[in-house]
Amino acid sequence: MMGKTWGKIAEMVAAVQKGEVSARANVEKALDLAERCKNYNIFVNLTRKRALQKAEEIDQKLQKGEKLGELAGVPYVLKDNFLDFGADTTASAKMLAGFVAPLQATAVKKLEAAGAICIGKSNLDAFAHGGSTENSFFGVTKNFKDTERVAGGSSGGSAVAVALGVAPFALGTDTGGSIRQPAAFNGVIGVKPTFGSVSRFGVVAMASSTDTIGCFATNAADARLVMKVLGGKDSLDSTTIDNDFTPRGKQKLHIGVIADFMTDDVDQEVLAVVRKYIQELEKNGNRVETVEMPLLKYALPVYYVVVPAEVASNLARYDGIRYGHRAKTARTLGEIYGLSRDEGFMPENKRRIMIGNFVLSSGFFDAYYLKAEKVRTLIVEEYQKAFAKFDVLVCPTTPSTAFKIGENTDNPVKMYLEDVMTVPPSLAGLPAISVPAGRTKSGLDVGAQLIGARGDDALLLDLAESVENKKLKDKNI
Amino acid sequence: MISKEALDKYEMTIGIECHVQLKTKTKLFSGADNDARESEPNSKTSPIDFALPGMLPVLNKEAVRLAVRLGLALNAKINLKSRFDRKHYFYPDLPKGYQISQFYQPIIGAGFVDVDGVKVRVEHAHLEEDAGKLTHVGEISLVDLNRAGTPLLEIVSMPDMHSAASAKTYCTELQRLAIYSGASDANLYYGNMRFDVNISVAQKGDKKLGTRAEIKNLNSFRSVEKAVEYEFIRQVELLEKGERVKQETRGWNEAKGKTLAQRSKEEAQDYRYMPEPDVPPVVLDQKFIEKIKAEMPLLPNGHRAIWAELKLSKSVVNAILDNRVLAEKLTSILQKLASDKNGMELAKNITNWFCNVLLSEENATKDFRQLDVTALIELAKMVAKKQLSSTSAKEILLKLLDGKKRPKELAEKLNLLQVSNSGELETIVDKVLESPESAKAIADIKSGQIKAIGFLVGLAMKESKGKANPSVVSEIIKKKIRILGEKDG
Repeated sequence: MMGKTWGKIAEMVAAVQKGEVSARANVEKALDLAERCKNYNIFVNLTRKRALQKAEEIDQKLQKGEKLGELAGVPYVLKDNFLDFGADTTASAKMLAGFVAPLQATAVKKLEAAGAICIGKSNLDAFAHGGSTENSFFGVTKNFKDTERVAGGSSGGSAVAVALGVAPFALGTDTGGSIRQPAAFNGVIGVKPTFGSVSRFGVVAMASSTDTIGCFATNAADARLVMKVLGGKDSLDSTTIDNDFTPRGKQKLHIGVIADFMTDDVDQEVLAVVRKYIQELEKNGNRVETVEMPLLKYALPVYYVVVPAEVASNLARYDGIRYGHRAKTARTLGEIYGLSRDEGFMPENKRRIMIGNFVLSSGFFDAYYLKAEKVRTLIVEEYQKAFAKFDVLVCPTTPSTAFKIGENTDNPVKMYLEDVMTVPPSLAGLPAISVPAGRTKSGLDVGAQLIGARGDDALLLDLAESVENKKLKDKNI
Repeated sequence: MISKEALDKYEMTIGIECHVQLKTKTKLFSGADNDARESEPNSKTSPIDFALPGMLPVLNKEAVRLAVRLGLALNAKINLKSRFDRKHYFYPDLPKGYQISQFYQPIIGAGFVDVDGVKVRVEHAHLEEDAGKLTHVGEISLVDLNRAGTPLLEIVSMPDMHSAASAKTYCTELQRLAIYSGASDANLYYGNMRFDVNISVAQKGDKKLGTRAEIKNLNSFRSVEKAVEYEFIRQVELLEKGERVKQETRGWNEAKGKTLAQRSKEEAQDYRYMPEPDVPPVVLDQKFIEKIKAEMPLLPNGHRAIWAELKLSKSVVNAILDNRVLAEKLTSILQKLASDKNGMELAKNITNWFCNVLLSEENATKDFRQLDVTALIELAKMVAKKQLSSTSAKEILLKLLDGKKRPKELAEKLNLLQVSNSGELETIVDKVLESPESAKAIADIKSGQIKAIGFLVGLAMKESKGKANPSVVSEIIKKKIRILGEKDG
């Protein structure tokens, strides 16, 4: 563990803009750190050559007196399901091993335009299916604190990269918790914005109706800076909206503690840490109250109907015809499809494809998919009711701390239960962030999840920032 | 061979699904060029059409506008809210593994087509994307995605047709509506329109329809007609033998003139329809629809109503309608001649030119856009006033295609003006009658063989180098011979 290797992003950018630190120095440092962290298996590929070239461009720009962007010279880590230049885009799947993207994702383009520099593509569960980064064609990513434990997932590589200080921030995707859960497991902040806040264009799709793009950072201010650059309407993604991440300046918030997720089903140590975080919120002058949300427990079964359906559909394009893995032994069209997909997908991918196709098949659609969508509407309404009263809701991010590698491999349902608290906001399209709440006695990190109404992403960051500031103040006294 | 009596016992019921390619500049969900005629394979594709990872569809608003126009032409309800769905199946011409279509909430609701006594209700029409094309070369198949993503409006009829002729009538009118509404070029050669025809057969008077077979992918009116005729006999033969008609998809083999079984109901695919999460619902406001309504041109039935007074046969009407430029000229001519007391006669004459000259095999493919309506009317008037022979008029008509506006000047320049001046013509006739050539004819006429006058008119025409008005000449000859006769007497 290397601890804090970077200052706040705003200060880093200022140093680059003033010429005190070169972009190249930042990139070289990040690449060096990446090398030193090899045993965590954070990366699928480093983008060394392109990163150094981009750093060079920024340093030259500065010399010419040109204006630099708001993330100038800041190295970052990109989950390998974003299309980008400089390395393959694999989504950690054999299916896409060797796939060279002909274009960049909108999010990546925006970061690059702001001067941020991608130093490598991080590991994930193949096609983002999973919560441990164990389902990767390129091996397991290890927890930043205990290499026998999982990083969480699916954005495991990105979370560990930030936790270890390889880069000050990283991008991830969150469909049902894939940013928040690894953030919780690795003691960093993880932001899943309101659905549509960041363009999905150029990001390998998992489930279109809940896929979101967000980031990992070590503090709320950094996360806000990154989200500001990432956000906004994109003509290439029809579901995008404009969202304002600037601080709201609202002082005393009314916070609802979701009683249904503060029960014995949750690890007692996790509960204790989250309760302590909630006390801090209260000490900061926020009004805290308990709220019952009995419908949220149905979110998980709804999620595991709707999401596999969209997954099965979105993975249909990987047919071995135009790009991606094609089975060498395939002779007929049926074999090209069957063998290529059999070889190219991981078992978890296949499980979801089968569930998805089952719930969509004629005769089952009404009973599963349609019913799930109806319950989803009820969940949305339950949140609306809660947000009529509360500004922010809070609960643990995960029911337990990082588990041992291999512990849940043979029990997919137990693995899915890890998502029980992150999935509800995903189904409702709500912003949710995981903030480091503290550690268990054995030193494992616990995340608290803050959930807002649609478009209230800024409020969550405000709250997280206020707790951070209070802690800093207490420390300094 | 099945007997006529057997066939007479049965009636067929036909429903048609017609795919119309919309003539947008770009594809339904990508910015790639939508006009891939004669293009290199895969040269008109974007990463979206190619279904690369992470690509998202963005709905082409122009396709929505054209769908609404065609919907209005179908007298249909335009749904203010419609949605897209994914229809899944695996085939190399379908890059995403699903087609984006509208299964649950189509953009166009119920409507109808009413033409030449055939009335067909439209169940709905929906927007969807076309698939690519496969070319099979020996052992391998080549994929061309130029057409993948082309916007289609699929028009689904009710089972309201009961003969091959009415099916053909419906299809041809759909083509006109697609063209007149501006939604499509509706060019069959380029596959702009394709038809799937559902046919079932039942005994006359039976309330229950028989089991239907679907004949897929017919690409000409003739094949629709032939396939329906074939299928009727095939199904009646089965029923007469006491067998059942299988619910299945069949293909039309043009060379053999037969439909052939492709896929039975049991083998039918489960398309696993799912709402398309990447494309938000299409929400239209009434004002948008009203605006399009106001911009709509006259449709075929509008022209038919205006032409009704001409009492043209259906086939003539449809032949003119099939050339939209001429149809609009004809309507404009009728409007201009509305207050003219000889208007109807002039218009009829012009209609004859359209049918016999302009739409002849030789001229039909020419561009008629430059044809000036006022000049046409003037030309017709010159013929009516006997200033021009009908042959000369046709000659000038073809010259008007270049946009020339003064038929009179043209006639003068080409020396085609008829001589109707009797003084001048009398001189000519006198010369003819004096000629020894004429003696026998004159004698014949006098003895009552009045037909012989044609010979003399011919001589006079020759003498005038074709400019004489034959009927005036004939009158003068008759008058002169009578005078001659009186003198003799």
